[in-house]
Amino acid sequence: MSGIKNIFAGRWGIIGVGIVIGILAPLLQKWGNPGNMGVCVACFERDIAGALGLHRVDLVQYIRPEIVGFVLGSLAAAYLFKEYRSRLGSAPIVRFVLGVFAMIGALVFLGCPWRAALRLAGGDGNAILGLLGLIFGIWIGTLFLKGGFNLGRTQQTHHTAGWMLPLFMVGLLLLMLFFPQVTGEAKSGVLFYSVKGPGSMHAPLAVSLVVGLLIGFIAQRSRFCTMGAIRDFVLFRQMHLLSGFMALIITAFVVNFILGQFKPGFEGQPVAHTMHIWNFLGMALSGLAFCLAGGCPGRQLFLAGEGDGDAAIFVMGMIAGAGIAHNFGMASSATGVGPYGIPAVGIGFAVCLFIGLTMRKSIT
Amino acid sequence: MVKMIDARGLSCPQPVLMTLNEIKAGKADEIIIMVDNDASKENVSRAAVSRRWTVTDIGEKGGVFNVKIRKG
Repeated sequence: MSGIKNIFAGRWGIIGVGIVIGILAPLLQKWGNPGNMGVCVACFERDIAGALGLHRVDLVQYIRPEIVGFVLGSLAAAYLFKEYRSRLGSAPIVRFVLGVFAMIGALVFLGCPWRAALRLAGGDGNAILGLLGLIFGIWIGTLFLKGGFNLGRTQQTHHTAGWMLPLFMVGLLLLMLFFPQVTGEAKSGVLFYSVKGPGSMHAPLAVSLVVGLLIGFIAQRSRFCTMGAIRDFVLFRQMHLLSGFMALIITAFVVNFILGQFKPGFEGQPVAHTMHIWNFLGMALSGLAFCLAGGCPGRQLFLAGEGDGDAAIFVMGMIAGAGIAHNFGMASSATGVGPYGIPAVGIGFAVCLFIGLTMRKSIT
Repeated sequence: MVKMIDARGLSCPQPVLMTLNEIKAGKADEIIIMVDNDASKENVSRAAVSRRWTVTDIGEKGGVFNVKIRKG
């Protein structure tokens, strides 16, 4: 076991993980997922919020099995390698709030860092603005980190506490099995489904779940994190995580090219808009929130899988944030930002700056 | 001089920042960093190596890793 562990923690381990995700994400798109959305943690959590009726935008409602797989794959890896540690108590309410605004920022841009990378790899020029915004937001976050920002220490706790999010994911999967999608129907039992739009586009359930489990497993082993990739480079000039993120982008670009999914340009890109400033600032807000919370949305799922209850709270914040973003007209669409998207970004920055500036109590 | 860093309950980048700050302070020629998760253990070790320090020992006791690093 320890041999495999070392392989994943090394440079070629993280690059290998980036390559595997870079292959699987465009394939998921080919197998049915929306354009440049083979994997998008923010979009998929938003779809889950829709499927549960936390928002009622009928285009984006689907329990995405990839998300379930991310958490359970990580849980399996953590148990197999004896890394499961139930812990929580590091400013959970702050993490919830950061999750809410991370999601709002992501929905102004229309994607999380994973999708920003996949959009770039699919030829969407708007993703360049998003990625620059992501770097800018994370850079602001590193200034706070250098100034002593921290969310405080976690506590080891009951084994059960760390199981809450994995069990929630099992519950989502069971709901899907009890109330499967019926072609042409917008509802099945308690679950909402999309008849048209991105929520109606998905790879077969089993395929999505298996790919999610695999990514969850290898990402837990390698600590893959798209935010950490940029943060560590800015803070320490450390290339480790960044090499994995770069490997993902390059591989996805090549695979998109082979599959005929590479379509360069700014206009008419799938689930994207061309308002450059808001693509930049939306992702900047997200990047700042991820940086303050210590992980990209994918990493938060993987951490939650290995028992981190604070990461689980962040995930719940993102799901709640998706409901808020869509109910309050903050999320963008292909035509541009929503009616309240711009003030929401402003409020998000104000909240994140308040958190970043004030939570500098020395660690005791 | 041996310095102790208690980074238990903290997740990255804090343990790495604390380690690098101690290295930068220049007073210690050996540092023992206490962390309680595998990712921090790996990150601290990687950061130490990148500053040309050597990881001399990693001991585990009750879920806490003592990462011992030495200058040079």
